[in-house]
Amino acid sequence: MEIKKTSLFKLHQDNNAKFVEFAGYHMPIQYPYGIVEEHKFTRSHSGIFDVSHMGQLFIYGNNDLIMDLEKIFPLNLRDLKINHSKYSFLMNDEAGIYDDLIITKIEKGFLIILNAACKDNDFKILSKLLNNKYRMVLDEKRSLIAIQGPKSVQILNEIISEVKNLNFMSGKWFIYKEEKIYITRSGYTGEDGFEVSISNELAEAFTKELIGKGAKLIGLGARDTLRLEAGLCLYGHELDKDKTPVEANLKWAISKERMQKGNFIGSDIIIKQLNDGVNKIRVGIRPEGRLIAREKTKIFNQSDLQIGEITSGTFGPSVNGPVAMGYVEKEFSKKNTKVFLEVRGKKHPANICGLPFYKKSYVKGVNK
Amino acid sequence: MSDVKYSKEHEWIKLEGEIATIGITKHATEMLGDIVFTELPEKGSNVQKDGTAGVVESTKAASDVYTPVTGEVVDTNQAIVDDPSKINQDPENTAWFFKLKVKDKSEMDSLMNKEDYDKFAKESSS
Repeated sequence: MEIKKTSLFKLHQDNNAKFVEFAGYHMPIQYPYGIVEEHKFTRSHSGIFDVSHMGQLFIYGNNDLIMDLEKIFPLNLRDLKINHSKYSFLMNDEAGIYDDLIITKIEKGFLIILNAACKDNDFKILSKLLNNKYRMVLDEKRSLIAIQGPKSVQILNEIISEVKNLNFMSGKWFIYKEEKIYITRSGYTGEDGFEVSISNELAEAFTKELIGKGAKLIGLGARDTLRLEAGLCLYGHELDKDKTPVEANLKWAISKERMQKGNFIGSDIIIKQLNDGVNKIRVGIRPEGRLIAREKTKIFNQSDLQIGEITSGTFGPSVNGPVAMGYVEKEFSKKNTKVFLEVRGKKHPANICGLPFYKKSYVKGVNK
Repeated sequence: MSDVKYSKEHEWIKLEGEIATIGITKHATEMLGDIVFTELPEKGSNVQKDGTAGVVESTKAASDVYTPVTGEVVDTNQAIVDDPSKINQDPENTAWFFKLKVKDKSEMDSLMNKEDYDKFAKESSS
């Protein structure tokens, strides 16, 4: 199968990106300034991320659609205001996660942002679940560009005035060069920022404007260290078909109204786990010293019994130390529990810790 | 004439008397990216030619460091353990990894000189 290119491929090339194949796309992993610098620049200034490989699924419909989507997602969608977003999951009957996603209510339906590697399968599953009753468009004609970091609001507002008035996890249609672009205040770095859905034709010109105002292109390498410091899950690592949202410590994303009555896919398991607890749960882990524990590293207790496994681990440039997430047996999930990580045949001490590793600075309620 | 030689695993080795100083090349650091963790062999341990003698990790991945010759580890560079970013800054000088008392100097003969290594590095990265 041919590897796809995003509308910004040439711009990445011109900026001397190193490329990697990711979910069937040529994506920039880093630029010449390197992952650590890119990471720090995003935290202190403003980073641009090409996330056009992600799925932008538009589903059009009215009240019936809302009712049908509530049978799928553990959300209170009838009360969700227009232009407001929620983090959620597409699950199987056992509450295993097919994908994690952001769903936004728009005028004529919903916009769902899906992971690149999952989007085609998600489309099939959702088409089947919705019995092809609604018009569904997995839009390949639009790019998705994230701009993240404390200076992003100022930079973007110079191009699109009034974006500064958006609240966290809400969006709106704006006009750019006489075309409609949809901007949400959201992201995946633990910083204030925006995600911009824009036609492929305008994506490069728009990104160049952001660069002209001081933002810098950032690769997937730094995107991973940023999200890990922010304690955010990456599908295929922290989340997969064998893990539930309760095990992933994401029960906050399940609407309270839906926790009692259920009636969504996987709800029997979710409600059971909410009541009875789970055997394993996602935690943050800080290795002592500078040791980096990567994915699949085994976690042991003080009695040398395996109690879990790391799902992501790297060096956190802003934390200035190693950070990791993983799953451990529930009784070892308390903060400050001492555990041991087996790296290159030796066991190294580490501590269970709270998430995030790096404190978020999302802007909430600018309109209040 | 330079007495520094290079291995196909991108280590450099400088022999002074019986003592060889070993590190990784600038080219290696460019391929690895930002180095954030270093593990060195223990002083007094014996390492075998082409065997593992340490680890470097970037934000992306871990890579083994090999020794181009056999010998006993007589010194290690704690500065690069405390601050691994020094390896990116000055890989072929102050950011050396370890020193060996070399067992058999003839093992140096199979290694590359600078010119051959530069050519090798260029080819292996293209």
